[in-house]
Amino acid sequence: MPKSRRVQVTIGPQHPALKEPESFLLTLEGEIIRDAGVRLGYNHRGIEKAAEGRSYVQDLYLIERVCGICSHSHSTCFIQAVEEIAALEVPKRAQYIRTLIAELERVHSHLLWLGVAGHEVGFDTLLMYTWRDREVVMDLLAALTGNRVNYGLNTLGGVRRDISTEQKDEILKAVDALEERTRYYIGVATEEITLIDRLSGVGKLSREDAIRLGAVGPTGRASGVKRDARKDDPYGVYAEVEFNVVTSDRCDVYGRTLVRAGELMESYKIIRQLVRAMPEGPITVKAPRKIPAGEALSRYEAPRGEDVHYVRANGTEKPERVKIRAPTLANVQVVSHMLKDGYLADMPIVVAAIDPCFSCTDRMIAVADGRASPGTLTWEQARMHGIEWHRERGLDFADLNRRFAGRGIH
Amino acid sequence: MVFSLLYILVFPGFLFLTVFALVAEYVDRKLCARLQNRVGPPWFQPLADFIKLAAKEDIVPEQADKPIFKYMPVVALASTVTAIFYIPIWGHDALFSFEGDVIVVLYLLTIPTMTFFLGGWYSRSVFSMIGAARSIMQLFAYEIPLFLSILAPCLLANSWSLSTVSLYYANHPWYMIFNVIGLVLSVVALLGKLERVPFDIPEAETEIVAGSFTEYSGRRLALFRLAISIEMIVGASLIAAAFLPFGLDLGAGWAFLLYLLKVLLIVAVISLFRSLAARLRLDQMMDFCWKVAAPFAFLQVLSNLIVKGLLAS
Repeated sequence: MPKSRRVQVTIGPQHPALKEPESFLLTLEGEIIRDAGVRLGYNHRGIEKAAEGRSYVQDLYLIERVCGICSHSHSTCFIQAVEEIAALEVPKRAQYIRTLIAELERVHSHLLWLGVAGHEVGFDTLLMYTWRDREVVMDLLAALTGNRVNYGLNTLGGVRRDISTEQKDEILKAVDALEERTRYYIGVATEEITLIDRLSGVGKLSREDAIRLGAVGPTGRASGVKRDARKDDPYGVYAEVEFNVVTSDRCDVYGRTLVRAGELMESYKIIRQLVRAMPEGPITVKAPRKIPAGEALSRYEAPRGEDVHYVRANGTEKPERVKIRAPTLANVQVVSHMLKDGYLADMPIVVAAIDPCFSCTDRMIAVADGRASPGTLTWEQARMHGIEWHRERGLDFADLNRRFAGRGIH
Repeated sequence: MVFSLLYILVFPGFLFLTVFALVAEYVDRKLCARLQNRVGPPWFQPLADFIKLAAKEDIVPEQADKPIFKYMPVVALASTVTAIFYIPIWGHDALFSFEGDVIVVLYLLTIPTMTFFLGGWYSRSVFSMIGAARSIMQLFAYEIPLFLSILAPCLLANSWSLSTVSLYYANHPWYMIFNVIGLVLSVVALLGKLERVPFDIPEAETEIVAGSFTEYSGRRLALFRLAISIEMIVGASLIAAAFLPFGLDLGAGWAFLLYLLKVLLIVAVISLFRSLAARLRLDQMMDFCWKVAAPFAFLQVLSNLIVKGLLAS
């Protein structure tokens, strides 16, 4: 087909299929996608830079807000690195509680994903059902930590809240209910014909490509790559619990669904073991305000894949450098590969199948092309630029300020 | 003259259809919500939506072909309302009937899809154009099974007029069972015509925003939505008249009540599909319509021809 028959469609940054702003440039030939490009950068918040200006404890709350879904993942990943530099021995009970919350978070994230996947293929009933059942785990998290998301549970050297015996019973009861519901969804996913038809053979990613492009988490595991930081490089108390790494060799979106459903069942298994084996003891040790100089890299298996945090300390109470590599950044390259030669109709589910979290991933890169420096603006220059930009378009805030000041509103 | 206006504007024309369409939309939405474990809207929600949408700003895109963009919603509404005059709804006789009116009704029901195509195509936005192309491709897939399955009972009744067909089945009520395949197929094809799950491919919101209707807003969108709701009623009435013509001898009142129930039953089946299925892809829909639905439709026609021969001998 000649090139002139190709149409370019931009999906995003504003589009009903995307819950966060991100732009995909698709080159279409009829309904077939011939080329796909992903453009990041609509949601950049400068968290890494902001972390350098705050103390370690303040950073904990900042970094928890990298992601709304896997907030505990990021905060634990960060705190592990800091504790390694400070050589803090975290009490066993605190590690159990951290791991427990981590698995509950995985349950809530995977149930959320299942609903989103249903919505993307036009199966809204699945969305309604899974999100209703997700409330069970959300309520549980709220009861254990005080919050539905952004739990604020971690602190340097341990956790901030203990788990009582009654709460343990509640957890076990909730897990039983969730397990039963998950069995039902696995039944739906393996029996509902339209769902299977829509997910099978879509977004193909071979094992070789998954390794070459560095796919992480369920995306990689559904292509037969048996990688899981919980097994490969156990942190927390994962070395003490028994669980399987769920993989699939279907290499498509259906495989990713099965892997996530299987991981839900494994999570329930882990949670039960954690609750039963939780030792008595303190939940925190005293941590110094100033962290000695040093650096550490921390790996953590977030629900979406491996999360990596790097922290460099310089002996003060603020970190010198924090580097976050959220799992979506590793998977987003895979998306453009998976979209190629697929149908436009499959684009939403292929993107959704990596369980993207664009705001975690977003970053700015200024490319210095050697001719001229991309330039940096000071805060004052940036402010003046903003005022000028609006004034050229007929909006003069300086004038408004003057008028308000005159009336005493300012 | 006065009566003609009454027919067109009040009953069974515009006003009746509008009210019934809003009721059916409510039944559809509420039922679907309950099946999805939601509360669902209150009874006046479809009307409230219509009024609110009609009061909104009406934007015509600068690049759009203005006349086509503006008049397509009206054409869609007019053609669906016209179709009801040839469908019997309170007895054996429709308001107007002539030999061949079933073909006219089927063609009048095809016009809305053409307006979706034209309106979307001349909106000149990428999503609208993709949606428009999908509408027309989908049309080619479901029209054949729909036409064949609706024509099958007419073949048996030896008439191309819906009124005569329903009279025939009233005299021979058990002959209805010969048309069961056609009934199932026509409901499935109606899903395609109405662009409903699992065939809501032309307006798949997660892929192409709202398809043909992406650029429509305000009262034109309200008219389009009303036209689709009325199309659902008229399509269901057609199926009820061709496949479920029982109870028409009970007098106009009871027959009309039964007609309302039949249509609502078909609407309920449609919303059941919506809560049970995922959206298919266009190629899967084509495959289904040509490889499954069309052969079965031919089978239905063939079996009716054989039955007709056997009955005659």
